[in-house]
Amino acid sequence: MDSSGECDRNLHQVKHVVLVLSGKGGVGKSTITTELALALIHAGKKVGILDVDLCGPSIPRMLRVGKPEVHQCDAGWVPVYADPQQQLAIMSIGFLLEDSDEAVIWRGPKKTALIGQFVSDVAWGELDVLLVDTPPGTSDEHLAVLENLRKHRVDGAVLVTTPQAVSTGDVRREITFCKKTAVKILGIVENMSGFVCPHCSECSNIFSKGGGEELAKLTGSVFLGSVPLDPLLAASLEEGQDFLQAFPDSSTYTAISQIANTLLSSLDA
Amino acid sequence: MADVPSDAPEHCPGTSSDQAGKSSACQGCPNQNICASGAAKAPDPGIHAYISIWLLKLVSSVYKAIVALLDVDICGPSIPKIMGLEGEQVHQSGSGWSPVYVEDNLAVMSIGFLLSSPDDAVIWRGPKKNGMIKQFLRDVDWGEVDYLIVDTPPGTSDEHLSIVQYLSGAGIDGAVIITTPQEVSLQDVRKEIRFCKKVKIPIIGVIENMSGFVCPKCKNTSQIFPPTTGGAQRMCEELNLPLLGSVPLDPRIGRSCDEGKSFLTEVPDSPAAVAYQNIVQSKSSKPQQASLY
Repeated sequence: MDSSGECDRNLHQVKHVVLVLSGKGGVGKSTITTELALALIHAGKKVGILDVDLCGPSIPRMLRVGKPEVHQCDAGWVPVYADPQQQLAIMSIGFLLEDSDEAVIWRGPKKTALIGQFVSDVAWGELDVLLVDTPPGTSDEHLAVLENLRKHRVDGAVLVTTPQAVSTGDVRREITFCKKTAVKILGIVENMSGFVCPHCSECSNIFSKGGGEELAKLTGSVFLGSVPLDPLLAASLEEGQDFLQAFPDSSTYTAISQIANTLLSSLDA
Repeated sequence: MADVPSDAPEHCPGTSSDQAGKSSACQGCPNQNICASGAAKAPDPGIHAYISIWLLKLVSSVYKAIVALLDVDICGPSIPKIMGLEGEQVHQSGSGWSPVYVEDNLAVMSIGFLLSSPDDAVIWRGPKKNGMIKQFLRDVDWGEVDYLIVDTPPGTSDEHLSIVQYLSGAGIDGAVIITTPQEVSLQDVRKEIRFCKKVKIPIIGVIENMSGFVCPKCKNTSQIFPPTTGGAQRMCEELNLPLLGSVPLDPRIGRSCDEGKSFLTEVPDSPAAVAYQNIVQSKSSKPQQASLY
């Protein structure tokens, strides 16, 4: 199969491609990817999520798509749709594992090969935005995504961090990765940014404060916004529930919507 | 520690001797306490390889064991910052690379020490990462070590396969698995457990981190990362694994990490510090206990 030709065809109707990156694990890349996707759909966009975290694929559970079979069509794999209107298309290794507890114990070359297929051989159809959720780091998965997207445009990357220095310290390296691979940094999101106690409304900065904004200033990047620590968001993700639909009055909803709007403006600019 | 350290007095019985720390020649020797505790004796043939940062600090400071911490998170090396060692460099001598010492009995190695700038990215594919890990194990002059603890990145890939492969000759005592309470985390941790089973690493136990938050103002507890499927406790029951303990969220942990200070020293009465103490105490008295399923 001529992968470059297939890639062109399958991504031909994808208007924008955005990578969601972080140097650090556990900061909430999959959470932010999921919430951005939902926000964009509520704004009337058609969205795809490509989950290239092969060892720890979280997207299927966060969107409650279960374990449907992945079908083939002439153009390649048919993505799994999270909704009957087919506004949100997903591809993840989570769909290809018979046993969801099965470990994917693969070295780099095997991961690279599957990611190549995921980029080129999924029949995404018409999409406004394809979000690519990545594992932490600057290694095989990230290089594989970029190499396979070389013939198609990558609009840029959203970088996710938590406020503390241990996180921003790794995300600085991710910023260097973007500069070296000529990926535009669309902006930085500071996740887990403060916790408001539901009992007394006291705000605790559990993972410190302000690091994301400082990092943006330090590196000359756009600061997209902060998302607070919200047990309701965590619980929604556990159940695969649409948090934005369920809690439109929350400050978390406001934060995510603003980030999504800013992102959309910069993509359409 | 060398059998007769350079700062030992004349007639030193030797650090591996039964008289180490106890003989009259030991009076006034700077190593007397370490020797008397037995920690200076040569380690058992197996290397105890736990995966945790605070556990090792506790083990090294309280139990006076000689501890080495190896950071194999090649793309995101956090250990230097957390240990207050940012900016330190690795030196080479005839006996190999010298690790960086936090204290006399706590040595650290990380790629972080080999990078010249905090902005440097390590954009390496698997084989190059594997090569670095091999060098860390082969070329670093660790000296005598009671516990080698290996901090790994998330996943089940090159770093994990390589560390298991390269340490297979020395023997790995086991793995400590860290999770947070929610299913989104447990889902990945079950895969890690399967990995351990496949490569035949015993699982010493599971630690549930970020397990609840007590508001400093009203003292109510919030489950920020809700255990919707029963948390680590239920997972451990289902998989017949020991739950070593649960560590609550404490903003001072993050602060200590950012400042490179020892949380256990800074805030010893925090519920999180107490949780760490309990975990170490329960395991250091029973190092042989591990589950092979």
